[in-house]
This record gives sequence, structure tokens and C-alpha cells, in this order.
Amino acid sequence: MAHIELKNIKKSFGLVDVIKGVDLEIFSGEFMVFVGPSGCGKSTLLRLMAGLEDITSGEMTFDGTLVNALAPSKRGIAMVFQSYALYPHMTVYENMAFGLELAKSSKETIKERVEKAAELLQITPYLSRLPKQLSGGQRQRVAIGRAIVRDPKVFLFDEPLSNLDAALRVATRLEIAKLHHAMNSSTMVYVTHDQVEAMTLADRICVLRDGLVEQVGTPLELYENPQSLFVAGFIGSPKMNFLNGEIASKFGANTIGVRSEHIEIADRDGAWKGKVVHSESLGSDSYVYVDIGAGGDPIIVRQEGTHMHQPDAAISIAPIPGKVYRFDKAGKPVKN
Amino acid sequence: MTVEATAGQAVRTQPKIESELLKSRVGAAMWFLLPMLAALAVVAGWPLLRTIYFSLTNASLTNLYEAEFVGFKNYLSWTTLKSGRTVFSGLLVDPAWWNAVGNTLRFAVISVTLETVLGMVVALVLNAEFKGRGIVRAAILIPWAIPTIVSAKMWSWMLNDQFGIINDLFMKLGLISHKIAWTASADTAMTAVLIVDIWKTTPFMALLILAGLQMIPKDIYEAAEIDGVHPVKVFFKVTLPLVRPALMVAVIFRLLDAMRIFDLIYVLTPNSAATKTMSVISRENLFDFDKFAYGSAQSTFLFLMIAVMTGLYIWLGKVRFDGGDR
Ligand SMILES: Nc1ncnc2c1ncn2[C@@H]1O[C@H](COP(=O)(O)OP(=O)(O)OP(=O)(O)O)[C@@H](O)[C@H]1O
Ligand SMILES: [Mg+2]
Repeated sequence: MAHIELKNIKKSFGLVDVIKGVDLEIFSGEFMVFVGPSGCGKSTLLRLMAGLEDITSGEMTFDGTLVNALAPSKRGIAMVFQSYALYPHMTVYENMAFGLELAKSSKETIKERVEKAAELLQITPYLSRLPKQLSGGQRQRVAIGRAIVRDPKVFLFDEPLSNLDAALRVATRLEIAKLHHAMNSSTMVYVTHDQVEAMTLADRICVLRDGLVEQVGTPLELYENPQSLFVAGFIGSPKMNFLNGEIASKFGANTIGVRSEHIEIADRDGAWKGKVVHSESLGSDSYVYVDIGAGGDPIIVRQEGTHMHQPDAAISIAPIPGKVYRFDKAGKPVKN
Repeated sequence: MTVEATAGQAVRTQPKIESELLKSRVGAAMWFLLPMLAALAVVAGWPLLRTIYFSLTNASLTNLYEAEFVGFKNYLSWTTLKSGRTVFSGLLVDPAWWNAVGNTLRFAVISVTLETVLGMVVALVLNAEFKGRGIVRAAILIPWAIPTIVSAKMWSWMLNDQFGIINDLFMKLGLISHKIAWTASADTAMTAVLIVDIWKTTPFMALLILAGLQMIPKDIYEAAEIDGVHPVKVFFKVTLPLVRPALMVAVIFRLLDAMRIFDLIYVLTPNSAATKTMSVISRENLFDFDKFAYGSAQSTFLFLMIAVMTGLYIWLGKVRFDGGDR
């Protein structure tokens, strides 16, 4: 259990400001996900919370106590690294037990805890193996196991799944979700740039951009009410379609955004007419790329099921009314 | 290791599939290796064989080519006197030789041990991040870059009993009450040699270890920091095991080097029985005393010792020279 509060946190490396004043509250037991483009400072923010980097200015509290100057080991955290960071010369068991040996736990307690975590993560058969004798997914589970045995108040994950292949990613994602349910008293902070991970795992998502918080909210809030063009474009897959110019002014906005699932193919007289650039079928869904002569990227339209469209065929599409996001010049939503 | 072993077997048991590829690879490797092998055969193999051969003859400097084969007489021979007493002679019963063997071993063990410990300390410091690290890294190599003869001469002046700066400093600091003849006195000669060798070779050791340290991923130190592992424990439980392969290679290099030490002692403490090593004494016999065959026997003995030690060390430490662990 830990309630984490960041107040105007800043971090610079030399002259480079990386985190530029982050205010954020993470409730105890919450699963908070940081997303944002590469280089926006997600890892840095996480490492500040871990205590692996010094905070340049601002206040960070865990349950009301200031932790700015507290050593990582005193914060009651556990971290899972993108690279796993397993001790290569120690067996899986030793890897998980190494951090416990100092806590003056007796041998039996250590054994008990390691075995319990191993069971939870289904790595019991590998306890006597070295990390190099494991697959990537197994290694990642060992890394998670090493975090679990410490029974931390806060779990920090830095892109733990990014080295895994697609299938394993989904499986391990599920395991992390289960873990969160099993250990619902632990606060979890999870960095990713994969927004499917963010949407599926998070209680709340924090979108970071260039060292600042862009928006914080539940996955649905971010999906339905993006508070900026950036968030609108970042959340959702495929990316939201943006249109400028005349088409947008008809809606009284500088830019409008429509998600691909909110555009329908009209029979003849849809609002926008154009031709098919390309179409892809994924089995359950199909995507049609349509050029309506507005410049910019082709508009992506999602259809359920399998539909094939001939390239260059004329097509007419229309946004579902009420599902058009309108943004002003500054990229903020237009209010009316 | 197991993976590689099975892969090797696979290649061997299915020669047909890869035979063409393998053949061309082996062929290419041969061509690349040939100049090296030829050079080694000329500059190392041939002299070695000649030395071994001469050690089995009665060759002298003036009579190199008409030398006669005498078997192992240079190593050990005996004559039975009329009184019935047997007198042994030869390398294996020569006290001067065994003194040199003792000196060499003492020098090798002490210098390599201290150089390893100090080298590790220096490497750990250089591995940390601080301003001006590049300059310090370059500067620390200077003692190693100076030719041994030059640094030996330099130190022999510094250690000079009358005019040397070391005695002067120690006197002024009140550490010693009278000037010490560091290199000439039998009590301190070995210490002087050790000091100079350690000064000179620690940087080399540090650099080899530093290379090993830099192979260790940073993130496991961060994991240990989060686990709250004490730095001393981190060193013994994480750093040391992971740097061990590099450390073993460095120690072997240094040990072999130390076993055949010659130039430093030849310049710094000439003719001192307290520091005379195997190389020094065999050179003496070869060229100064005109006992060419006997000197060759000593050289051969030194070669065998180094060969056996290397073999033992590799076997005991299970060192793999490709940098991997066992
Ligand atoms: N030790 C450092 N010294 C200097 N600059 C750094 C350091 N660590 C990170 N940075 C800079 O800080 C910025 C943010 O880095 P960070 O690793 O937090 O990004 P990120 O959001 O995690 O990106 P990614 O998704 O690619 O992992 C980057 O521009 C990076 O160059
Ligand atoms: Mg990162």
C-alpha cells in the first residue's frame, strides 16, 4: 500500500531538462501506466520514483513521507527492468533470494517466499537453472518473481514486455493483470509505449509528452475525451484520422479527428468522397485507406469482417455524427 | 558451453551436409593462419628446439657446432668415487639454480598477487563515472608505456643510496634513520624489484580488469541497489564472479610474464643473489660463463615450468579464452 504524490518534479541531466515539472498522484493499489513517445521521459520518471536518479527539484512523497533523499532499498519498491537485469551467474532461485538474504530472513522464510512466487509465475521447474538457460519470457517471469518476493509496496515496471514476441507479450500481459488482482494492495507503475498494454492493464493512464503530463485518466476517459490533439492521436489504434482546412471549418474547428471505427462507408452520397488507396483484411476487421483529396495521410476506415476494395475504386464515406472530435488552433478541444 | 559442444558434435556427425562449406572455411582459415604459424615457427619454435637440443649436448660458445650429444648430463649426472661415495652434479642439484627458482617463484607470486589486488582497485575507480576520467585512464598507463630498461634505470637512480630521492624523502619524513642501499643490500633488493615491477605493471592489470568490468551490464547493479545489497557484498557476489574470466586471463598473462622476468632485475640489481631469477642465471651461464649447454638446460627447465604451470592453471581455473564462463 502506498499512495504516491509527485509535486512539481523536475529532473535535468546537466543542461538538459528532461522532466519539466510533473504533478501526479498515484493512489494506493492503483495500476498506473505511463505512456508517451520515445524520449519523453517515462523511464526517467520511473527511475526518479525508484530512487535510481536524484530529483533535481520538487517533492515526492510515499504515504505522506518525503522520499526525495531516501535510498532505493528503503522505499519499499521493486523494479522490473526492460532488460530483466538478472544476475547472470546465479540460478533462478539465487536470483530471487539474493535480495532477501540481507533482510535477515531465515533460510526457511526465504525458501517459502521464493517457492510461493515461483509457483505463482509457474517457474518452479526452472529454479535451479541459470538465466541464460531460459527463454525470454521465462526470464521476464523470473524478473517479476524477484520483484514479488520482496513483497513491495510499489511495483515499478519499465517496458517489461518489449523484448518478447507478440504471442508471449499477450500471455505475459495477462499474467501481469492477474498479478495485479492477486496483489491488489500493491501500487503498480508501468511504463510502456504499447498502447494496447496501456489500455488493457491500466486503472489510469498518464500520457507524457516532452517531460510534462499531457493528460491523466482512465483508459476510457482518454479514449472518449482526449484533452488535446496529442492524446487523441496517441491513444487508439489505428491512429485517429485528422483533417484540417475546409473540411474542419465546416465543423467549426481548426482540426477534426475521427477514429477509424467511427467512419462508415456510405452507399453513394456520404459526406466525403474519394477513392480507395489500399485495403487490408485482418480477418476479424478490414481497413480501407481512402484518399478524399484533403491532403495529408489517407483516411483509415475500419469495417468489421472481411471486405475487399479494389484500389482506385470510387468510395463514399461518412463520420458517425457525434463522434467527431474538434480541436482549435492550440490543439485543445473546442467547447460549445 | 554445452550448446557449443553439441553444435560441434553435430558438425562432426554430419560431415556431408556442410562438407563443402566447412572445407572452404578451413581452407580460408589455414591461409590466414599460415603466415602467423610460419613466423612463430621461425622465431619461437626453432629457437626452442635448438635450446632443447643444446641442453642435451656439451656445447660451449666457442664450440657450438661440434657439440657432442651427452644425454641428460647437464640436468643430472653422477660419478661413483673410489671410496664408494656417489657425487651428483648438474642442474637438478645446483643450489644456485634452486635459489634462482625460489627467487623467481617468490617474485612471481608476490608481484602478481599485489598487482591483481591493486589493479582491481584501480580498475574499480576507473570504472566509476567522474569528470576527467579519460585523462586519468590515459595517465595511468604511462608507467606501463615506458620501456622497462628506462624505468629500471630511472628507479635505480631514485633508489640510489647516496643521491636517491627516495632515501632523501624518507629521511626528511623521519621514516628511516640512515640511508638504505635499496638495490644493493640483500635484504631490500627483492623489495626494490617488487616495487618497481608493481609500479610498472599494475596499470596493465587494471586495464585488462577494466575491460572485464565494462562487460558487466549496469542494470544488475541497479537491481542490487534496489534490493539494498551492501556494496561490499555486491563486489564479492556480483562483480567478482562476473569479472572472473577476464581476471583469470589477466593473471595468466602476468604470471607467465613474471616467471621469465629478466630486464628489470638485470638493470636494477645486477649480480645480487637475492634477486637472481631463472632467466638471469641462464643468460649468465649462456654468455658470461661460457657454459652454453648448461644455460640451455636452465632455459629448457624454465620453459617446462611455465608450460606446466599454464596447463595446470587453465585446467584448475577452467578458463575459457573466449571470455565466457565455464
Ligand atoms: N543519464 C542521462 N544523461 C543525459 N540524458 C539522459 C539520461 N537519461 C536519459 N536522458 C535523456 O532524457 C530523455 C528521456 O529519456 P527516457 O529514457 O526517460 O525516455 P523514455 O520516455 O523512457 O523513452 P523510451 O520510450 O525510448 O524508453 C531522453 O531525451 C534522453 O536522451
Ligand atoms: Mg524508456
